[in-house]
Amino acid sequence: MPMAKAITLHDTTIGKKVVMAVTGLVLYGFVIAHMLGNLQVFMGPEQLNGYAKKLHDLGPLLYAARAVILLALVLHVAMVVQLVSRTAAARPIGYRLKKNQVTTYAALTMKLGGVVLMLFIVYHLAHFTFPGLSMTAGYKHSPTDVYANVVSGFRVPWVTAIYVLAQLCLGLHLYHGAFSLFQTLGLSHPRYVEKARFVAQTLGIAVAAANIAMPVAVVAGIVK
Amino acid sequence: MSKTMNLTLHVWRQKGGTDVGGFETYKAQDISEHMSFLEMLDVVNERLLADGKEPIAFDSDCREGICGMCGMVINGVPHGPNAATTTCQLHMRHFNDGDEVTIEPWRASAFPVLRDLVVDRGAFDRIIQAGGYISASSGSAPEANGLPVPKADADRAMDAAACIGCGACVAACPNASAMLFVAAKAAHLGALPQGQPERWERVKKMVAQMDAEGFGHCSNHYECMAACPKEISVDFIAQLNRDLVRATVVEREHEEKSGGAG
Amino acid sequence: MAIQLESKAPSGPIETRWDRHRFGMKLVNPANRRKYKIIVVGTGLAGGAGAASLGEMGYNVLSFCYQDSPRRAHSIAAQGGINAAKNYKNDGDSIHRLFYDTVKGGDFRARESNVHRLAELSVNIIDQCVAQGVPFAREYGGLLDNRSFGGAQVSRTFYARGQTGQQLLLGAYQALARQIEAGTVKSFPRTEMMDLIVVDGVARGVVTRDMVSGKIEAHLADAVVLATGGYGNVFFLSTNAIGCNATAVWRAHRKGAYFANPCFTQIHPTCIPAAGDYQSKLTLMSESLRNDGRVWVPKSAGDCTRDPAEIAEKDRDYYLERLYPSFGNLVPRDIASRRAKMVCDEGRGVGPEVDGVRRGVYLDFRDSIKRLGEAKIRERYGNLFDMYERITGENPYKVPMRIYPATHYTMGGLWVDYNLMTTIPGCFAAGEANFSDHGANRLGASALMQGLADGYFVLPYVLGNYLASAKLDKVDEGHIEVKKAVADVEERIEKLLGIGGDRSPDSFHRELGNIIWNNCGMARNAKGLEGALERIPALREEFWQNLKVTGTGESLNQTLEKAGRLADFMELGELLCRDALARDESCGCHYREEHVTEEGEAARNDADYQYVAAWEYTGDVSKPALHKEALEFEYVKPVQRSYK
Repeated sequence: MPMAKAITLHDTTIGKKVVMAVTGLVLYGFVIAHMLGNLQVFMGPEQLNGYAKKLHDLGPLLYAARAVILLALVLHVAMVVQLVSRTAAARPIGYRLKKNQVTTYAALTMKLGGVVLMLFIVYHLAHFTFPGLSMTAGYKHSPTDVYANVVSGFRVPWVTAIYVLAQLCLGLHLYHGAFSLFQTLGLSHPRYVEKARFVAQTLGIAVAAANIAMPVAVVAGIVK
Repeated sequence: MSKTMNLTLHVWRQKGGTDVGGFETYKAQDISEHMSFLEMLDVVNERLLADGKEPIAFDSDCREGICGMCGMVINGVPHGPNAATTTCQLHMRHFNDGDEVTIEPWRASAFPVLRDLVVDRGAFDRIIQAGGYISASSGSAPEANGLPVPKADADRAMDAAACIGCGACVAACPNASAMLFVAAKAAHLGALPQGQPERWERVKKMVAQMDAEGFGHCSNHYECMAACPKEISVDFIAQLNRDLVRATVVEREHEEKSGGAG
Repeated sequence: MAIQLESKAPSGPIETRWDRHRFGMKLVNPANRRKYKIIVVGTGLAGGAGAASLGEMGYNVLSFCYQDSPRRAHSIAAQGGINAAKNYKNDGDSIHRLFYDTVKGGDFRARESNVHRLAELSVNIIDQCVAQGVPFAREYGGLLDNRSFGGAQVSRTFYARGQTGQQLLLGAYQALARQIEAGTVKSFPRTEMMDLIVVDGVARGVVTRDMVSGKIEAHLADAVVLATGGYGNVFFLSTNAIGCNATAVWRAHRKGAYFANPCFTQIHPTCIPAAGDYQSKLTLMSESLRNDGRVWVPKSAGDCTRDPAEIAEKDRDYYLERLYPSFGNLVPRDIASRRAKMVCDEGRGVGPEVDGVRRGVYLDFRDSIKRLGEAKIRERYGNLFDMYERITGENPYKVPMRIYPATHYTMGGLWVDYNLMTTIPGCFAAGEANFSDHGANRLGASALMQGLADGYFVLPYVLGNYLASAKLDKVDEGHIEVKKAVADVEERIEKLLGIGGDRSPDSFHRELGNIIWNNCGMARNAKGLEGALERIPALREEFWQNLKVTGTGESLNQTLEKAGRLADFMELGELLCRDALARDESCGCHYREEHVTEEGEAARNDADYQYVAAWEYTGDVSKPALHKEALEFEYVKPVQRSYK
């Protein structure tokens, strides 16, 4: 009798969730670092542009970090695509009436929010990095003056609106993602579960608020 | 004197597994508040039979909340509005005169409808067959008190073992996931010293079977726990995740060597 | 054609009877076992454990159950616990004491050899279940905990919260699942046994109906085990599951298996009373409640509709405490049940009127709550109080519970010899389906013990012995007896579907249950039984003229299922009353009002009735032939029970 194939982690739905949790953690780390870096916009052009230069000067290290983040993102998305296609088949006929009892808005909007975030990432990269676009007539994107790019971009109301909307999605995604991560990795414990939920919520709100503060500050004329 | 009520029921009717189903509307009249939900359906069925129609098929057996046979989605909630209550233990005093009640079967591709509200939960049996046991053939057992089990472990095992296999967790889950069912059995056996020898193989086999049956994945909504008539905790899902990671990443693969007694 | 009843019980010292008997048995070589096919019907403790154990040994097993999964058999509903003579409490328990208590508790109507074997095997059961991972309650040191149960003076009951039956059944179910995976057992859920196939006087298979497709099929085997539970649903209202039925044993009876002691039915005193005429089943609550609850009814019938809190102490009749000062509320099940019936018959019952009578007595925790505090009561009985409130909508911390007895267990069943074989060679009966171990009354926490003893430790031996000694010819589906059995089943189903009358199965079942409950329930007398014996055949006649079943036989049809089971209850119910009439004595749960002691208790008549009544089907349901297996008591001398 041929030996049955050994069951490996990534064959299983749980394994795929574990991959999502680990890659999610990497991406969460990037989001925090990115936010901290960008918040320097409040400390003036020299500070922000100086920070941008420092990053650029890292050279290969920067590209290595970008590769890790990209890999994490690709895996994160690949896993969710696999899982979601399975789940769609798991309930081909839905309920006429279904009332959820305890799940959260954040949990229910994970998939949709993820799609929004994906689109946002493409737009955001195009806006500031690859290639870097100008959102207003008469302004030319500068590869070195990050501060000016930010101010110019966020003066446009619809651009700011997109950013605000995306950050709300990010906050929700981070909340349920962070809370789920411990459960999926098997690290959660009933004693800490409510605390973990509080921390995940608080962090999600904080990240979203900080990221929203930047375009809003430009619109409000605080950053100019 | 007990109150009576009149209800309007919208019930999923489906002749057989391959037939197309749909909702039918029935009046449930003069229902006593002391009836159980299933007794209310018994009354409706007696009337359908009297009218020469086929009664609504639904599963039930012990009617005291332990066998796990009954279960239907009542107004959007598996086993109905009461927490920690199976359908057979839900009583009509929780409904009001004039209520509209929508009754649907468990919905999951792994639980195909056989007729009306009756579904096939054989997938759960196959998950247990895949490894949800301790191999202890009759007659081979050592003295029961030979191996002390810490009370906390025994209690935790019992918490998990309280699962009645009704399938409400799957019905409630937005993804139709069976994680709570699988986790409960894995945690029950994994909490006991007797369950250790097969612990890592067990979780792998059970999870593989769960996936093969076509259940969805867990995305931590915890709807399963809210619907569970025995209030099995999602904490056991964390345990299952942890055990599976260890089983597949840390533990060695077991290889059968050929040869035997000469 | 009368068969001589041979119990095959060994003689000699009782302690070694089972050992010596086992040694005398023939064995089947491990390599040959897979060539033998064994059918096991039912997947409760006896059937599930039996099928799993036989599969482990290497036999080719077919396992049938009517539920959607083997895990749902009604053993699952047992709450209290399982007895075993482990003597872990160092309180003087022993195999002999468990044996003694069981024989005495059965009011000297059980076979000593069988009961002793049961007591011996009880210790192995606990070992086996612990090894399977049954999460029994433990003490802080990690060792197994025990409690006392059902009037026993030792603590020998092992338990898993209030779900002992569930956990033991899941243990057996998981063992069975392991064998299904290994390929030794093939499982047929949602498959109902419709008849026994007997070829040349030997059981060779069963006819089944697939309850989803309606397909009628013959399954052939070298032996058939019936582990299909009791027939308590003959009363319609009982604590049994809705689907529990007697079709398997009744069909075997009609094919030649004697039915023993059908009138020995146990009534459990602490059940939740029926709330109305729509009631579909009754729910039992652990009788441990009687440890702290006081049973009473109003002294005057006029007070029965008053708020119990307003009824003064002097107007309450704590009748158990009054009549049995030393045991009080803790008198045995049968006594507590009968007394409740008597006070309700006097018109002093409480709760809703069903069919014109209030059938309920108060079980009041007011004094215990006052003495111990609500927290303590909650700790002891919280889950039971919750269950009560869920069902009745009343809070038992504030309002006294209402309880009433309900049919719970049937000690009678197919007659079997010491090898659990019925009077049809090759047809075995195990667990509640047989009659063997509990006599006229079963003690608490003994049903689980018997089911598992039969399943794990008796069936594996006795089947090997039978298969090794029987010379069985090959039988295939073309055999005339097989074809006839299948045709008979098909014909019966056609008949049920074709009556075209006006009454539903449930309405007939309720009426049958009422007749039997009122005349052959907790108290019986010749006049009532004779009346029942006239009414039941008349009702059966009407059933076959006026039954209404819609739908077809070729699909999932629950009305048809009910009708088929009820057709058999209609016949069994008559035998039950006939046996009760023929046993003109009182013993255990069989209480004939003509035979009571001066104290009002059951008066046994050992001189004339110290036997097992085994009934043979003669072709006419109303004219069965009685055969007697005399019982001998060498080790436990019959005495009169007294609980004053």
